Order: sequence, then C-alpha cells, then structure tokens
Amino acid sequence: MARAMPTQRRVAYTALAWIIALLIFFPILWTILTSFKTEAVAIADPPVFLNFEWTLENYRIVQERSDYMRYLWNSIAIALGSTALGLIIAVPAAWSMAFVPGKRTKDILLWMLSTKMLPAVGVLYPIRLILIELGLLDTKFALIFILTLINLPIIVWMLYTYFREIPGEILEAARMDGAGLRAEILYVLTPMAIPGIASTVLLNIILAWNEAFWTLTLTTVNAAPLTAFIASYSSPEGLFYAKLSAASTMAIAPILIMGWFSQKQLVRGLTFGAVK
Amino acid sequence: MSRNTVLRASSALALCIVAASATAQDTITIATVNNGDMIRMQGLTEVFNEAHPDITVEWVTLEENVLRQNVTTDIAQGGGQYDVITIGTYEVPIWGERGWLLSLNDLGDDYNIDDLLPAIRGGLTVDGNLYASPFYGESSMVMYRTDLMEAAGLEMPDAPSWEFIREAAIAMTDREAGVYGVCLRGKPGWGENMAFLTAMSNSFGARWFDEDWTPQFDSEAWSDTLTFYLDLLEQAGPPGAANNGFNENLALFQQGNCGMWIDATVAASFVTNPDDSEVADSIGFALAPDNGLGPRGNWLWAWSLAVPASSDAPEAAMTFIEWATGPGYAEIVADREGWANVPPGTRTSLYENPAYLEAAPFAQMTLDSILSADPTSPTVDPVPYTGVQFVAIPEFAGLATEVGQIFSSALAGQMSAEDALAQAQDLATEEMDAAGY
Amino acid sequence: MATQHSRSAARIMMAPAVFLLLVWMLVPLCMTLWFSLLDYRPMRGTFDCCEGFANYVRFATSSAFQDAILTTLIMVGGILLITVIGGIFLALLLDQPIWGQGVVRILVIAPFFVMPTVAALVWKNMFMNPVNGLLAHLWEFFGAAPVSWLTEAPLFSIIVIVAWMWLPFATLILLTAIQSLDSEQLEAAEMDGAGPLSRFGYIILPHMARAITVVILIQTIFLLSIFAEIFVTTGGGFGTRTLTYLVYQRVIESQNVGLGSAGGILAVILANFIAIFLMRIVGKNLDK
Repeated sequence: MARAMPTQRRVAYTALAWIIALLIFFPILWTILTSFKTEAVAIADPPVFLNFEWTLENYRIVQERSDYMRYLWNSIAIALGSTALGLIIAVPAAWSMAFVPGKRTKDILLWMLSTKMLPAVGVLYPIRLILIELGLLDTKFALIFILTLINLPIIVWMLYTYFREIPGEILEAARMDGAGLRAEILYVLTPMAIPGIASTVLLNIILAWNEAFWTLTLTTVNAAPLTAFIASYSSPEGLFYAKLSAASTMAIAPILIMGWFSQKQLVRGLTFGAVK
Repeated sequence: MSRNTVLRASSALALCIVAASATAQDTITIATVNNGDMIRMQGLTEVFNEAHPDITVEWVTLEENVLRQNVTTDIAQGGGQYDVITIGTYEVPIWGERGWLLSLNDLGDDYNIDDLLPAIRGGLTVDGNLYASPFYGESSMVMYRTDLMEAAGLEMPDAPSWEFIREAAIAMTDREAGVYGVCLRGKPGWGENMAFLTAMSNSFGARWFDEDWTPQFDSEAWSDTLTFYLDLLEQAGPPGAANNGFNENLALFQQGNCGMWIDATVAASFVTNPDDSEVADSIGFALAPDNGLGPRGNWLWAWSLAVPASSDAPEAAMTFIEWATGPGYAEIVADREGWANVPPGTRTSLYENPAYLEAAPFAQMTLDSILSADPTSPTVDPVPYTGVQFVAIPEFAGLATEVGQIFSSALAGQMSAEDALAQAQDLATEEMDAAGY
Repeated sequence: MATQHSRSAARIMMAPAVFLLLVWMLVPLCMTLWFSLLDYRPMRGTFDCCEGFANYVRFATSSAFQDAILTTLIMVGGILLITVIGGIFLALLLDQPIWGQGVVRILVIAPFFVMPTVAALVWKNMFMNPVNGLLAHLWEFFGAAPVSWLTEAPLFSIIVIVAWMWLPFATLILLTAIQSLDSEQLEAAEMDGAGPLSRFGYIILPHMARAITVVILIQTIFLLSIFAEIFVTTGGGFGTRTLTYLVYQRVIESQNVGLGSAGGILAVILANFIAIFLMRIVGKNLDK
C-alpha cells in the first residue's frame, strides 16, 4: 500500500505503533533486565530500570545448579526431530490433498484437525502406560514421535493451504511437456513450495519448543528439555525474581533469536489459507 | 512387564560381560523439591562421590507441585523413573501400605536409626517398617519481629493464645509503611492453606471427620476457625493473601513486610540468615497459638527420602539415603555452611549438640513444637484418622485441595465463610460417599 | 483431470499421515474409554470392572462440571475477543508506512516465542504480585491501592496473560490479509467520499472475514487445552478451573483415573462439538 501520506500523520502513526510495540515487548525486556540484577535490586521499591550494577551472578548460579547445555540440547533435538519427522509425513499428504483432491479430502483434513481436540490431560495415563510397556519413557525418541503427532494436523493444514495457492495451470503445462510425477514434484512444485515449507518448519519448531505438558510429564533426566529446566526455578524458597529471570531468559533466548532472524520467512507462509 | 524384565536382565547381562573387568557404575536418579535444604544437598553431590565414586547421581529438582504430579503418577504406574524420591509424612504410610516403597530397616549401623525423633520416625513407619528416612522435620510456630512487638507495647508469651495473636497483629499493622501484622498461608492446596487451617482448626477443637467418617465442616468449631482466620487476615494481613503460600510469605517476612508469621519451623534458619533476610537481627519465636482447649495449632511434617519398589538400583539408592539422612550429613553441612544451616528436626543428637544449640537460637522452640504435635490424637475429640494437618487417606490430597480452593475464594472475598463451609461440607460428603466410606 | 495413476499415488502419499493420526487418536481414546468404565483408583489399588456409566454420571452431575464449562467458554471467548480485536487494530496500524516498521514488527511478534510456563511465571511474579509486582508499583505511583490481580480478577488476569501470547499470531495473519487487499479499490472508495469508518466496515473488514475465521479456529484448538498458565498462576482456584483443569484434578491430584477418564471423554465430545461448528464455517470459507 504505497499511498502518499502527510508527514504529520506518519509521525503520529509511528509514535503510536512504537508505544504499543514497546508495551507488548516490555514483559520480555523486563525479564531480561531483571536477570542482570541482584535479588535485592530485583524487588527494589521504586523499581530500578537501567541504573543498577549489572551482574552475571544469576546466570552463574543457574548454570551451577542445572546443566543448561543438556536441557538446551534436548530441546533442540526434540524440536528439530519432530519437525523433520512431521515434514516427511506431512508434505506428501498435503501435496496429494492439494493437487489430487478427492470427494473426501476436505473431510479428512477437518478430521485431522479434530484430533488436536483430544485433551492431553485425559490421555496422559494411557500414553504413559504404553511408553512404560515399550520402555520408551524419558527418551527423546518418544517425545519426538508424540510432538510430531500433536503438530501434524497443523503442519498438514498449513502446507495444504499453501500448496493450493500454487496455480494448477503450471502443473498442467508441465504435464503437457511430458513431465512425470517425480519431475513434476522435484522441478516444478518444490521450488514454488519452499517458502511455505520454510514457514511451516519455523512454526513447528516454535510449537515443539514451547510444548509444556508432554515434555514435562514424560521426561525425567535423559530427555528433559528447557520446559523442565524452568520448572525447577518457579517459586523456590526466598527471593527468586532475578534467578527466575535468568533461567527464563536462558529458556526463551534461543527460540527468540531464531524467530527474529527468520521472521520474514515465518510470516510469508503463515496464512492458513486466510488470503486468496 | 515381563518383556521389560527380560530386556533389562539381558542388557544387564550384556553390560556385565562387556564391563567384566571395569567396576560396576550405578546411576541413581533422585527426584527432589527445589527447597533450600535440598538444593544444598544437590550442591554437595561431590562430597558424596568422594566417598562413593561408583555411584553416578542424576538430579531432578522441581517445583513442589510439578514434582508431586510426576512422582505420584510414576509410582502409581510403576514407571521406575526414580531411584530416590522426596515425599512427605502424608504419602509415606499410604504408599508404604501399597507396597510401592522399599523398607529401609536394614540401613547400616552408622545410620543409627534409634537416633531419629520418635514422633517423626513413627509417622514414616508402617507395621514396623521404616519406609522413608527423614531429611528434615518440621512443625509450625510463631515467628515475630521483636522490634515491631516492642513498638506496639506488647510482649510475646512463649505460648500465645489466638486472641493475643489477633490483638498483636492489629497493633503492629501499618499499611502505609507496608507492614502487615500477620502473614498466613492463603494459597489453595492441601499442603498450603489447608495444612495451616487444619492444624489451626485442631486448636479450635474442630476435626475433619467424626469417628464414622462423617465430614464435620458444618460444626461450630470449623465455623469459628474459618471466621477467625478470615477476620484476622482481613484486619491485619497483606494484600493478595489468598495467593500467598510458604514461599511468598517467606519473601514478605524477609523483606520486613510481616509482623508475625505462623509457619514451618524450618523457616527459622532462613529468616535469621543475614544474607537473605533484612530483619535477621530482630526475630523472636513462640509456640503456635492455642485456644485453651489443649491442642496447639502446630503441625508435624518431614520431607523424607524413599526408594520406590520400581527402582532398578535400590542398593545404590539406599547408600545415598544413608549418606544424606545419616548423622554424618549434619557435620558436612556444618563444616561448609555453618551449623545454623543443618537440616533440622530429624535427630535427637542434633538437639544435644552444643555447637548447634549455640548457632541456632530457634533450636529449642523447634524441638518443643515438634514434640508437642500428636498425629494419633490431633484434636480435642477422637478421630478415626492419623495426621495433624492432613488425614492419611488417599482421597485427602484431592479433596483438601478442592476444599482449599473454596476457603481461598472466601479469603479473596468471593464468598462468605458460611457459604464456603457449606460447599466444603457438600463436597466432602459427596467425595467420601463415592470413596465408599 | 487427475489420472488414475496420480490418484492412487495420492492415496499412498496420504496414507502415513492418516494412519498415524488414526492410531494416535484411537489407541489412547479406547484406553481412556475403557478406564472410564472402571473403578480405577491406583492409590486404593482398585482396578475393578465394571462401573458402567457411574463415573460419567458422577462427573457430569457435579456442580464443578457446569462451572468448568462456563469458565472454559469465558476464558476462550475472552482471549479470542482480545486477540481478534487487538489483532485487527494492530494489523491496520502496522500496515501504515511507519518508520522502523521492521523493528516494530519484531517487537510485536516476540511474545509468540515465549513458553507458556515462562510467560505465566513472569506475569504472575514480576507484574501481578500485589507487593513486589510492577503493576502494584504503578498503581501506588498514581495513588491507588495495589490490586491483587490473581485473587481479585483471576479469570481476567489469565485471559490477559494468554492473550498477550496469542496477540502476535492473530496480528500476523490479519496483517497478511490486509496487505493482500487491492489498494485501488480503497482509493476508489475514498474518491467516492467514503470516510475511514465506512471504508473499514464495507471493504477492509469483509476482506478480512476469512482470515478472522482462520484465527478463531486455530486459536480455539490451542486455547481449549490451556493448562500451564492455570497451573502456574492459580492452580485452578478462584473460579479459574476449566474443563481441562478439572480433568487434571481428577486424574492426577485425586488419582481417580476412572472418574477423570470419564471427564476426559466428555471433554473430547464437547470440544468436537465446538470444532465441528467452527470448521463448518471455515470449511465453507475455504471453498470460496
């Protein structure tokens, strides 16, 4: 929308947008700032904004108590693993739904979404029993598998809506030229689908990273990701705001940084068919 | 399950063959609460490993509610995720009876089982079997600010009455200055506000159930308890009291926001520690209040270490428990952090140790409080259950948490005391009927 | 159009996803269904067949059940209201040619990356705490008595926390929708003398209708299963017990697996009612 706009109005809009953006971002900023304070400064009245003595003490204490790298590695492995597995299963499904739609396609799609309605709490008991039987409790494999299944409907739907926007004529043309099914996918579709896939990947990583029910109930040590890490810092005895902030910053920093760097890609495909 | 056993056995066998010459390395997973004393224990893992290099220790340190959820589910399902678990006086008899815990009767001579305080040991023993070893024991007592008490022109007796507490709380309150006369637990939960209220109700002569297991929330005594509690906090409590549990009140007290705080004796070492507490040098202690009926409003609890029957390294687990709850542990902590930081309330010998008595001004009051609680006869009238601030039946945790939510809503001003009690009575009656009492 | 060959290929390509989701749905569901018919209380050592529908009757007739449904609807509805209206407003604003648009967008989407547990902990302790929270200091600064958010306005507080996390998602999708709007159409309307309000009401809003339904559908799916935010802030107290949380209390806190499983099945049925209703709307929209 490249319309000309009076400077005055532009200034007003800019100011308003910045104020709102800073308000929305403030809780995160405040958490990061607090993580560099001492416990006493963290609860100072009136609150201290920037003029305090910065310290890394909280990060040292947190690192000493829990091995951050292990939790981080588990989070990364689970998020990437479930995304990769999900993609392998979802891309073919979404492709066939988008380009070879049958009578039932829409029903299947909606049914898939409805599986997400299964309340996790209600099926915790059976799932945990199954994992115990299989000896898979507290393994990254089990968590990857479960998170894949949880997010699969969203991935399929997101890819499906994206694929549908690829004009059918291009495929027709490719077929006229005698391209086989494989060539059709490899040389025609894939390049066009990459932005949608990239966006799906990013969304799935975020969802898997932040999943806080299964990751907490199905792990103890070997597969415990950052959600479990944070659970050991919520309301301990004594003053804890600064330590909680440090642990929180450590838990969200990786995904926040990834999200910021890739936000253009994320946004591009994040339409769910909302735009024609 | 059998396939699991076969799998486990065969992998163990394979390990033996591979590592025939190397020493066997046991790994134990310890689940514990993120309380100060436990975090200190985690920090001392190296010391344990100096004595036992063949045991690798993995820590799962979680917030209390998350820990309880995970441990309870795992033990009920026989998941075998943990080798040592941290549980309390409420769980031990129930889980022990179910056969979910291993007996600790055969810990070595160094453990000196007869040194354990009888009241604490009794609560962890079922049919002569010790199912958990106490890590620290606690009762509850009054902690108060001597400076504020003096400014109010009052003097705290060693054994105050509830009426005195009310009078003092109102006199100490200065909302403008952010000083509230009394901080009490209000956060819903069977181990939070209901622990406090149940203990308090004993001193008012109330009980959860009569001898036929009929809920008693419609009794005069419960009505008195709840009304007194709500009035007291309204007149002299901090804002948002309905969301304050042990940790929140500790923070408030340490910052100087509370005149009095009636809570776990274990808090005494935190509030008198000048590193964490701004009011460390002006703190006094008194027994929990009473109403002249006999019982005082104090509870009895012990955070204890136990070995689940599903553990795959029970011997290493017991070795750890022997180390962490044996008499030697106190000296390790005293060497490094001073006697005041030793986990209290489990052993007679600690209260006969002059070094400890000197370093811990709260020692005698803690011991007196623990000794004055009687789990078998907690209140005035006879009851069919054991437990001071809990009822040792499996239904209690769920039921008391819901009752706690109702009482907490009353504290938040969402309903009256009568409505809260009536709802609690209905809920308890329904729950007990369904459970087959 | 499609050949027989590609049709059968399509079926094969779809099979893994369908099969896995079918197993994922049916196995736990059947086990839950089975548990819901039992007197299954591990703490009592009972695993007795068959209670019939006793668990269902008990769960559905308790007053907690009706309250929980109402709480769930208010919570989900409140969050949707805030995120959709706020999202439309923000999307319109971000669509303007403002300076530093890139940075503004980065700041606005940040909450979406925050774990629910972390968000709830930070809001609860550092903002909503009535003594040490920032909001309390802010209120005191203006001479007002600090509000104890989580006890005096518990449902509202949780709605704010969750809405804060989902606002970026709604904003992004709605922003994409606005940006796809043909600007010539708007200019033509402006020349015809249509004011900003009528331009918004007659052109922009209808254009966004589809995006709004998508936002509502996806968020509802996630919001119906809110758990960590309640667990951390109020533990289900003060009238914030949703259906999901009630099931949690029965299964985990009371360890009454039979009763809780019955509640779980009821929750699935109710959730699917809502889902079918919503997907009808979206399904229609997708066909357009």
